[in-house]
Amino acid sequence: MTHGVHRPNWPLRIGIAIAAAAAVALSIATAVTIGEMRIPPAVAFRALANGLFDAGYPVGPIQQGVIFEYRLSRALMAALCGGALALSGAILQALLRNPLAEPYILGISAGASTGAVCVLILGVGGSALTLSAGAFAGSILALAVVGLLAAGAGGASERVILAGVAGSQLFNAATATIVTTLATAEQARGVMFWLLGNFGGVRWPDVGVAAPVALAGFAVCVVHAKALDAFAFGADTAASLGVAVARMRIVLLATTAVMTAVMVSIVGTIGFVGLVIPHAARFLVGPGHARLLPASLVGGAVFMILADILSRVLVPQQILPIGVVTALFGAPAFAIILYRARART
Amino acid sequence: MTLSAHDVRWAAGGRMIVDGVTLEARPGRMLGLVGPNGSGKSSLLRVLCRLRRIAGGVVRLDGRDIDGYARRALARRLAFVEQQASTDVGLTVCDVVRLGRTPHRAALASWSDADEHAVEGALARVGLADRHDQAWHTLSGGERQRAQIARALAQEPGELILDEPTNHLDIRHQLSILSMVRRLGVTCLVALHDLNLASLFCDEIAVMQAGKLVAAGSPQTVLTPDLVRDVFGVDVRIRTDSAGHRHIEYVVGEAGGADP
Repeated sequence: MTHGVHRPNWPLRIGIAIAAAAAVALSIATAVTIGEMRIPPAVAFRALANGLFDAGYPVGPIQQGVIFEYRLSRALMAALCGGALALSGAILQALLRNPLAEPYILGISAGASTGAVCVLILGVGGSALTLSAGAFAGSILALAVVGLLAAGAGGASERVILAGVAGSQLFNAATATIVTTLATAEQARGVMFWLLGNFGGVRWPDVGVAAPVALAGFAVCVVHAKALDAFAFGADTAASLGVAVARMRIVLLATTAVMTAVMVSIVGTIGFVGLVIPHAARFLVGPGHARLLPASLVGGAVFMILADILSRVLVPQQILPIGVVTALFGAPAFAIILYRARART
Repeated sequence: MTLSAHDVRWAAGGRMIVDGVTLEARPGRMLGLVGPNGSGKSSLLRVLCRLRRIAGGVVRLDGRDIDGYARRALARRLAFVEQQASTDVGLTVCDVVRLGRTPHRAALASWSDADEHAVEGALARVGLADRHDQAWHTLSGGERQRAQIARALAQEPGELILDEPTNHLDIRHQLSILSMVRRLGVTCLVALHDLNLASLFCDEIAVMQAGKLVAAGSPQTVLTPDLVRDVFGVDVRIRTDSAGHRHIEYVVGEAGGADP
């Protein structure tokens, strides 16, 4: 008996990989040519060639700067952030055996916001500490608290989730306390804006941090694809199949935590992507992690780039917070996917 | 020589759950583990396949301490089937059985002919070859248990450990699962609740009570009215029918009956 799907079909795999890369490249190209300042696509691509390959086309310095320094780094950051969050969601849903698990379940976003308001409102660290650094420190602190809580409670999946909920509540309360008692209206608005995600401040050094983190995280996750499959029936079955359950939990939780903390510290807390993209990817490629993880990475990247484009063009002269766009457009899209999946079975 | 435990202990929450058990599964035979709820059957099975770290004693596989085996090497020898496996993941029967190949495959290895062969063979042995592409969550309880056993067989184990595989099944499926397991010809260690089924299908029976092994041997020698009264607190009569099968009949509502 043969069942096709099990044979490695290299031409097909390579074809899919090229198509995925093309989808990402096309999204980035679109993102680069769209924006408040009208720049013809031809000029935009010349500017890209100048920046990437030192091609030497004659392009005005302002246009060159907008395309290469601002829009390209922003599009790449959106891709990395979307991919990393979706990948983290896929990992956590498998590891914690909970379809509602998402990257912020470990308290990372709550900790990041506390860290951010400490810098922004309390002025912790003076001028030495940037908002990103504060957010990163906060998310790592929250992660440590949640990790200790979960380990103290025995480390089972549902305990990790409960510890995450408790930790998130604690840090959200701390954030709310600081904002309501000490912030000016202007500062509160700034915090709100940051919390909903914002690619506006992204520059090349940020991409330089995010890219290696996302790619290394992806590599670690892919190596564990088979072990994640074995988790379908829980930790005991996985262990009886030869999976080093405790070690794998630590490695993968740490990997997703670092990926998420880095992304959150650069662009704020963007919801929805980490929860929904893995489910959408599952409908497309099935539950096997060898396909699900790359599909989540690419799906998250493309979704986030498109969401960023929408955030810039929906309201003229204004940029919507990216988290608002991901939820506004992601939720109906997900509803359609759910509905169609129901119709199929 | 196969799987054996020597004075094995395992504690949880300060309480001794498995308290100095010594037993041995003989090659190709079916060893039944019986005992009241909470007597430590499930824990003992988990200790035997190293899902729990023992507090004392030693478990040996082919005479070698199982702590000395690499995880994947152990999983290629010992397969474990849980009482009631469940998942939210949308898997097919074939996906489930393919999980059994996990210990045979390196992290980035492709699916091989040997893997395919093992999976198809396992599905055929449990009688689910025609359910290959059916969704797991549409299977009945008995079929799910068969699929899990096929998953275990795909590991190509020398020993199969089953934790109450007949729980939650109707009597027809209880019988068909146990007779199927018996026909596999693999060394089996199976926890069972039903004493009649245990005596019907097992070559040997080990009886647990409060974490200790209180009797072991052939069903005829072990399952006596005295032992059943001592361990389970129930009065029974044992009748042997014309075919030589032993039947354990529960005595209810008579003098010295089942009332606590």
